[in-house]
Amino acid sequence: MAQPEKHVIEVKGLTKTFGSLVAVNALTFSVNPGEVFGLLGPNGAGKTTLLSMLCTILKPTSGTALINGFDVTKHPSDVRRSIGIVFQEPSIDDRLTGRENLEMHANLYGIPVPIQKKRIDEVLELVELQDRADSLMRTYSGGMRRRLEIARGLLHYPKALFLDEPTIGLDPQTREHIWHYVSELSKRENITMILTTHYMEEADKLCDRVAIIDHGKIVALDKPEQLKAGFEGDVISVKTVAVKELAEKLRGSNLVREIREHDGELKLIVGDGGKVLPRVVEAAAEIGVYIEAVSIHKPTLEDVFMHYTGREIREEGGDEYHGLAAIKRRGIK
Amino acid sequence: MSELRGIYTLWLREVKRYVREKTRLISSFVQPLLWLVIFGSGMRLTSLGATSVSYQQFIFPGIVGQTLLFTSMFMGISVIWDREFGFLKEIMVAPISRLSVFIGKMIGGSTDAVIQGSFVFVFSFIVGVRVSVEAFLLSLPVMILITFGMVSVGLTLASLMESLESFGAIQTFVNLPLFFLSGALFPLTYVPDWLRWVSVVNPLTYGVDALRIIILGKAWTPIAPLYYDLLALVIFDLAMVFVSTEIFGRRK
Repeated sequence: MAQPEKHVIEVKGLTKTFGSLVAVNALTFSVNPGEVFGLLGPNGAGKTTLLSMLCTILKPTSGTALINGFDVTKHPSDVRRSIGIVFQEPSIDDRLTGRENLEMHANLYGIPVPIQKKRIDEVLELVELQDRADSLMRTYSGGMRRRLEIARGLLHYPKALFLDEPTIGLDPQTREHIWHYVSELSKRENITMILTTHYMEEADKLCDRVAIIDHGKIVALDKPEQLKAGFEGDVISVKTVAVKELAEKLRGSNLVREIREHDGELKLIVGDGGKVLPRVVEAAAEIGVYIEAVSIHKPTLEDVFMHYTGREIREEGGDEYHGLAAIKRRGIK
Repeated sequence: MSELRGIYTLWLREVKRYVREKTRLISSFVQPLLWLVIFGSGMRLTSLGATSVSYQQFIFPGIVGQTLLFTSMFMGISVIWDREFGFLKEIMVAPISRLSVFIGKMIGGSTDAVIQGSFVFVFSFIVGVRVSVEAFLLSLPVMILITFGMVSVGLTLASLMESLESFGAIQTFVNLPLFFLSGALFPLTYVPDWLRWVSVVNPLTYGVDALRIIILGKAWTPIAPLYYDLLALVIFDLAMVFVSTEIFGRRK
């Protein structure tokens, strides 16, 4: 039996290797009841592998993970009953209606028949799909399918709900919609949620705590505000053609703490942006570099992320190459 | 209990999907009709192993068997569909055993195939075979026995295949030899010895023979006694369910 655990999820030294590739490297963390816990990382960071182990789809190479007090390797059935999952790719039967999909799920998870109908109506209402419940899934839009999957994940009163990239491939408006449901849900049902994402905004908006994952390791774990606050100072973005030259010049000075370059832009992490900016412009003038534009802003989660991973997570639709990579990645799975 | 409910749920799903697919239902009428009418009326064989039976009457139980074979094999496609459209994941993380998942799918596919096989009986009057209600009801358990094993083969092959195309290709390789060497279209009297061995281990041989015994009655000289046919089918089913659950459970 499950003891009343302090943590809904307790992960210790969890590792998964595929041949010589270490996908998840000795992760240790825990998730509190009612918390929305974010796993933020670039593609291939190991988020989905971690999630698959927690969902009992993959067997860990070593380490343990307890969910609701049940060990994922020793009691997979109990773990499965304790969790709801919204997969990254659609996983509904589109030849059945929304309600039929939910009924099937209820039966697979052994929800007593007398309470089935009431519970199904309840979750349908939660995602506002009551009036479409009896249409075939193939007539649903992408956002509606996602909502139905969220409803399905909640159906059997799970202790924890896993959301793997819940808004990937959705348009911005629908994404906002899903965010609304997710935060509404965490308030109303007080359910623990684990969410993987590579959208900064998503992690920032929804999560109580965020773990930044890179190369299978947690490189930072805290509340989004804390992550940003631990990052005192300002960020100056400088747009120029001569990124390299300017970066070299600034590295020689002690004006900036950190310099990152990407896409014809320099990101400078500095103490007081207002004071440093004029010096930067001067420095550029000294070596005859033309600055097209500058801006100062407070660090975002994106800056924090770049700091820890040395990389930038690009928003989808940013450029074609990234879009293709995303399709390819989804195709491989 | 919860396992039984899981099996029931997955069975219901397969049947619902099948019944909703109108084109599949219609096409299921057409193929046996073509065989019975065109092939059946154009061919005349003299040594049928039955004295007072016309060729169309002879192939009628064979076409029932063929329909069962082809539909059962085709049911494997549901595994590929589920994998392509992601639904397999929902089943795989559900708290029911792989055995139940397999059994639910298998019985579901078998139900669909038996429905399809039953349609063929509608055409019995066209070819002048008089099938009594009693004979039809007696055929049902035989049809179920044929499809259990065949659907298992289909599901197993499909779960081993990477794509829809390769499943289609392998299906032809399995379907046609089993069909031709079952005695469904012609008695295997003139078939060379090494090929006759294939028909001896071919489960459909016994299925078709059993159906002929029931449908044609005394006019048909059986290859083997009915109980022998049924025993062969039961052994085939058990063996296939065993092998399939092994392979099905291993995937992922």
